Amino acid sequence: MSEIEFLNWVRGPGFQIAIIIFVAGVIIRFAEILLLGRKPNLAEAKGSEMRGGLCTIVSRSFPDKNTFQRSAFTEVSGWIFHGGLFITIFLFAPHILMFKDIIGFGWPALPTPVIDAMTVVTIIALLAILVHRINNRALRFISTKEDYFVWLITILPLITGYLAFHRIGMTAPTLLAIHILSVELLMVIFPFTKLMHAFTITLSRWYNGAISGYRGVES
Amino acid sequence: MINDSNRDKTLGETLREQGISRRSFLKFCATTASMMALSPAMIPKIAHALENARRPSVIWLSFQECTGCTESLTRAHTTTIESLIFDFISLDYHHTLQAASGHAAEQARETAMEENYGKYLLIVDGSIPMDNPGYSTIAGISNYDMLMDTAKGAAAIVAVGTCAAYGGIPHAKPNPTGAVSVGDLIKDKPIINVPGCPPIPVVITGTLMQFLTFGSLPELDHIGRPKAFYGKSIHDRCYRRPFYDKGLFAETFDDEGAKKGWCLYKLGCKGPTTYNACATTKWNDGTSFPIEAGHPCLGCSEPDFWDGGSFYKALSMPTENITRTVIYTAAGAAAAGVALGAMNRHKKNQAVATHNRTSIDDLKK
Repeated sequence: MSEIEFLNWVRGPGFQIAIIIFVAGVIIRFAEILLLGRKPNLAEAKGSEMRGGLCTIVSRSFPDKNTFQRSAFTEVSGWIFHGGLFITIFLFAPHILMFKDIIGFGWPALPTPVIDAMTVVTIIALLAILVHRINNRALRFISTKEDYFVWLITILPLITGYLAFHRIGMTAPTLLAIHILSVELLMVIFPFTKLMHAFTITLSRWYNGAISGYRGVES
Repeated sequence: MINDSNRDKTLGETLREQGISRRSFLKFCATTASMMALSPAMIPKIAHALENARRPSVIWLSFQECTGCTESLTRAHTTTIESLIFDFISLDYHHTLQAASGHAAEQARETAMEENYGKYLLIVDGSIPMDNPGYSTIAGISNYDMLMDTAKGAAAIVAVGTCAAYGGIPHAKPNPTGAVSVGDLIKDKPIINVPGCPPIPVVITGTLMQFLTFGSLPELDHIGRPKAFYGKSIHDRCYRRPFYDKGLFAETFDDEGAKKGWCLYKLGCKGPTTYNACATTKWNDGTSFPIEAGHPCLGCSEPDFWDGGSFYKALSMPTENITRTVIYTAAGAAAAGVALGAMNRHKKNQAVATHNRTSIDDLKK
C-alpha cells in the first residue's frame, strides 16, 4: 500500500468504519442508560428536580475553595487539557472543514499559530497528568489499565497532529494519514471506555443535582 | 531528433552549431546545478562533461498514455537550451515523433537496441495493461512484451509521467485494463520515476543531464523520484504558504480571499501532500504554476492521486458521503438501542418477579 493509498483509505473506508462504530456505540449506550428507568420517588417533592439538575451540570465544573485547595493540580491541569482539546479539535480551520462536510455548517476558526501553541500546552498538561497519576499513591492505586490506554489514545491525535502540521520525521501524506488514523482509533474506542464521559457527564450531573433538587437541598 | 551525420558530435559542437553562446550554456549549467542542489564548484565540471558528452541512444516507449508527457517535453513555442539538449540525445524510437511507421519504426528500435545493448536509456510513458494485452498494442506487440524486451538491454529506465511511474489515470479505480507501472514489472534495472500529469520539462532534462554529466543516476526518494526535484512538497515551497500559516483561506474561487491570493487549502489543494518542483521551477518558461493561476494543486505527481475523492475537497475532509452514513447509522442504532433497552427492562422485571424474599423465620430454620 502506497502512502497516498493509505491516506485515501483513512479518509475513505477507514473514516466510514470509525464513524459507524462511534455513532452506533454512543446512541446504543445512551438508549440503554435512558431506557433502564428509575424507581418512582414516592416522597413529597420539596424543590425542583429540573432546576437542581441543570444548576449542577454547570456548578460541578467549578470547584469550591476547599476542593480547589486540596487538589489544585488536578483542577488546573484538567481545565487546561480539556480546554486545549476543545480548542484544537473544534477551532482549527481544517477540522471545521471536516465538521462542515458532515453536518453542513461551520464556524469561525482561531488563527493557526494559536492552535499550534494550544496543542503544545495540551500535550504538556496531559504528560503532567500522567506523571501525577503515577506519582500519587492513591491515584496510582485506583488507576486501571484502561485509564492508561485512554490517556494514550487521547494524547496520540495531539502528537500526530503536531507532527503532521510541522511535517516532522516522515513524509507529509504518511504523517497526515497517521494523524487521521489516530483520531479514528479514538472514535472507535470512545463509546466503550471512560471517554464516553464527554456525553454522559451531563446525565450523571443532572441526576445528582435532580436528587438534591427534589429534596430541596443544595447539590 | 537529429540525423545520423550528427551522431558522433559532442553536445558542445551541437550547441555551437545551433548558435548557443558559451555564456548562455554556462548560465544553463549554473541554473541546473542550483536546481539539483549541487555545489557551485560543480558548474565547470558539468559544463566540461556536457560539452564532451556524446549522444546517448534513447528509446522512448509510449503505452497507455495521452501524449501529454511528450507534449510537455517537446513543446516548441520557443527554443530553449533544455529543448536542444533534448534534441541532442539520439532519440532512436518514439512512435509519436518519428517519421517512420510500421515495420520501419520497429526496425529502428531493434537496431538501436542491438547497436547500444547495455548502454541505451529507456524512457517510458504510459502504464502497461495486464488484464488483456489487446487493450494496447504497438505493431501487434503487446505493451508488456515490448517493455520487457526493450528493458533487457537498457542501462537505466526513466518512467516519465504518473502513468508510467505509478499507473496514473489508467490505474484509477476500477482500473479496467489492469494497468500497472513500469516499476511493478521490472525489478532488475535502475528506474527513475519522473511523475507528474504531465511532468515538468526541466525535470526530465535535469535527470537526463545528470545521466550525461556523471554517467550515474540521481539520488532518488523512497518512491523512486529524483530528490533534487521531488525533495520538497508544493506546500513547503508555495508562495501562498504564509497565508496557510496565518489561517487565511480563499473560501470560493472568486471571493475576496481568492482575489488577495490567500491559501487554496479549503478549495481542495493537495499541495501539502504532494512532492514536486512546480512551485520553484514553474511552467511555461517559469511563468507560473497551477496555484499561482488560482487553482488548487491536484497532487498529480503522487501515486493514486485520482482515487483521493473530489479534487475540490480539502485534505481534512472525508472522501465519502459521511452525512448519509451518520443518518443511516443513527437510525439503525436508535432501533437497536430501543430493542436492547426493552430487553434490559424485561430482564430487570423478570429478576424482580422471580426474586425470593427471605424472612426472619427462614433464617431461623
